[in-house]
Amino acid sequence: MLSKGLKRKREEEEEKETLAVDAWWLDPGHPAVAQAPPAVASSSLFDLSVIKLHHSLRQSEPDLRHLVLVVNTLRRIQASMAPTVALPSVPNPPPAPSMDDNLLASSDAALSASVASLLEDLSHIEDLNQAPQPPADEGPPGRPIGGAPPSLGALDLLGPATGCLLDDGLEGLFEDIDTSMYDSELWAPASEGFKPGPEDEPGKEEAPELDEAELDYLMDVLVGTQALERPPGPGR
Amino acid sequence: MLLSLPALHLQTSEHHPLFQLPHGRLGPWCSPTGSPAPLSCETGCGEGSWILVCRLLVPTQVSLLSMEEDIDTRKINNSFLRDHSYATEADIISTVEFNHTGELLATGDKGGRVVIFQREQESKNQIHRRGEYNVYSTFQSHEPEFDYLKSLEIEEKINKIRWLPQQNAAYFLLSTNDKTVKLWKVSERDKRPEGYNLKDEEGRLRDPATITTLRVPVLRPMDLMVEATPRRVFANAHTYHINSISVNSDYETYMSADDLRINLWNFEITNQSFNIVDIKPANMEELTEVITAAEFHPHHCNTFVYSSSKGTIRLCDMRASALCDRHTKFFEEPEDPSNRSFFSEIISSISDVKFSHSGRYIMTRDYLTVKVWDLNMENRPIETYQVHDYLRSKLCSLYENDCIFDKFECVWNGSDSVIMTGSYNNFFRMFDRNTKRDVTLEASRENSKPRAILKPRKVCVGGKRRKDEISVDSLDFSKKILHTAWHPSENIIAVAATNNLYIFQDKVN
Repeated sequence: MLSKGLKRKREEEEEKETLAVDAWWLDPGHPAVAQAPPAVASSSLFDLSVIKLHHSLRQSEPDLRHLVLVVNTLRRIQASMAPTVALPSVPNPPPAPSMDDNLLASSDAALSASVASLLEDLSHIEDLNQAPQPPADEGPPGRPIGGAPPSLGALDLLGPATGCLLDDGLEGLFEDIDTSMYDSELWAPASEGFKPGPEDEPGKEEAPELDEAELDYLMDVLVGTQALERPPGPGR
Repeated sequence: MLLSLPALHLQTSEHHPLFQLPHGRLGPWCSPTGSPAPLSCETGCGEGSWILVCRLLVPTQVSLLSMEEDIDTRKINNSFLRDHSYATEADIISTVEFNHTGELLATGDKGGRVVIFQREQESKNQIHRRGEYNVYSTFQSHEPEFDYLKSLEIEEKINKIRWLPQQNAAYFLLSTNDKTVKLWKVSERDKRPEGYNLKDEEGRLRDPATITTLRVPVLRPMDLMVEATPRRVFANAHTYHINSISVNSDYETYMSADDLRINLWNFEITNQSFNIVDIKPANMEELTEVITAAEFHPHHCNTFVYSSSKGTIRLCDMRASALCDRHTKFFEEPEDPSNRSFFSEIISSISDVKFSHSGRYIMTRDYLTVKVWDLNMENRPIETYQVHDYLRSKLCSLYENDCIFDKFECVWNGSDSVIMTGSYNNFFRMFDRNTKRDVTLEASRENSKPRAILKPRKVCVGGKRRKDEISVDSLDFSKKILHTAWHPSENIIAVAATNNLYIFQDKVN
């Protein structure tokens, strides 16, 4: 996930395909593609720019010049389209290729926000990487330059998923696991619907009959978490 | 394939090609009857007198051999070169640079390799071979790297090569990829010591007990070997992609510029550099401009310029402050309101900036024009040359296929009277600043007959297409001349077209 407001890959591909098929704006004779700058940009130019932006941002290491130029061009186009962007679901007068309305709905604010947050992340990543670099031994006027390049691909490292798993997620995992299977031998065969499991377990209300599939699943989860738990060094 | 040129007489042209200036104006030097104007000896862009000297294909296999087996690259030159009918990605030339005497010509490619060509020495017997360049040395400058923290590959493509002035028998050059600059020493060896005491002739160690007498090793001549060794590696100083390097006139320092920062290095010190320009905003969301090129003044070691993606040039004086964020001069041309479009900023983005040899002017290349600026006048350029104005109405398509982001370079000739830059369809353009003449030439295999005179080309913008003209819609946008170089003192030019290196010289030469 790159940022809020940006479409996921599959939908982007569809849109790109749609545009490629109906590439009317490439025709220099088309009235919408004016040689003199149009007062209002066609929505397809806007869409094209958004796609370019997405494509640029998806690179593991975006070309900053390309990115900045596309963003600036997009802002220009947005500025000229301002009146129409306010109503995102209404397509512009020039017959645009059939578009997902959501793309137009990623209006000025959302786009700016997403681009801004991405660029912000770029700098965060850079700061993160510069921190562990030991400063070079040097005199006053110099500044040590260290740090690995920022990259949007590394956003995943900072994502919540990783954090959860390694920090406090293990507790949460156990919460969901029904350990009543371990207690199953203690249960009376004739169940009365009561679950004599640990009190803090959410547990299941139904009869404590676990079918094989559930058991397998639980085993897998347990084995998986145990693997994570296992500290480096001689075995547990 | 290296073209072997038989000794021949220079052909006198049967007809003198007429130059057609844009908009159909004929140059004043063509007489109205159309008869050929006499060849003059002026060093201008030449009256249609550029001839192909040689077309060189960067050899693929040579580098491996020369590095592993120390084989003389000159011998390989003649036997291993193959004519590639297709270009592998790694062979695409990404930079071309003559050294300060013009004796050597270096190319860097996408595969991280540097190939150095040396000019054929003049000899009485083969006077016409002079001007040819042969492979002198080949080495792998940069390897692809992997940044494990980011899971990113760092491209090995050579972005720029800059020569150091020669101070002893060896040659030194700087080569850079996106992240790392390296100083290479290229030296010749034509003698080797023989007669070691502890080693036998094959290099095996001798048992010291068997040695009864001692001798002094003597130097015996050997076949010439050219070896390249990395002398310095300047790494870990750039967060963003390096686009320029420039050697200072003090020959002790140089600078490297990336998208947002410029660093100053001392050649002797690799573990630190000084940051002299930093345009990174505190808030990256405010980023609207990047650095696109930078160069030191040819004579004043405290002065440099850098260009931006917004079409501005800043001249900075390092004596003013340690961090040159505040420029001394700011060059920007006001936007022409009649030419405004959504693509105005993109086409104003400067892709190259070069000081003239005199140091009085700077030349900038943006997407459609080349401009010459006087250092003393900041508000507009003194000269503007249209490279391919017929593309102005195609900007939308060029934006769609990303061609509008292509970065063309530009070069001065030795006397600063002619400037040259590339275009599409393997065309390149020369502009004579004094006579205001210009010419479009093509670097292509069809014109690759040795000593063939290049015919000027013309693009037809509309209406009736004349016989030898090409219409705009037939231009091949995948064939772009981004990198060219001009010999420092003679009318010899090197033009890189994909994996081919063309060398042309003025027929008058």
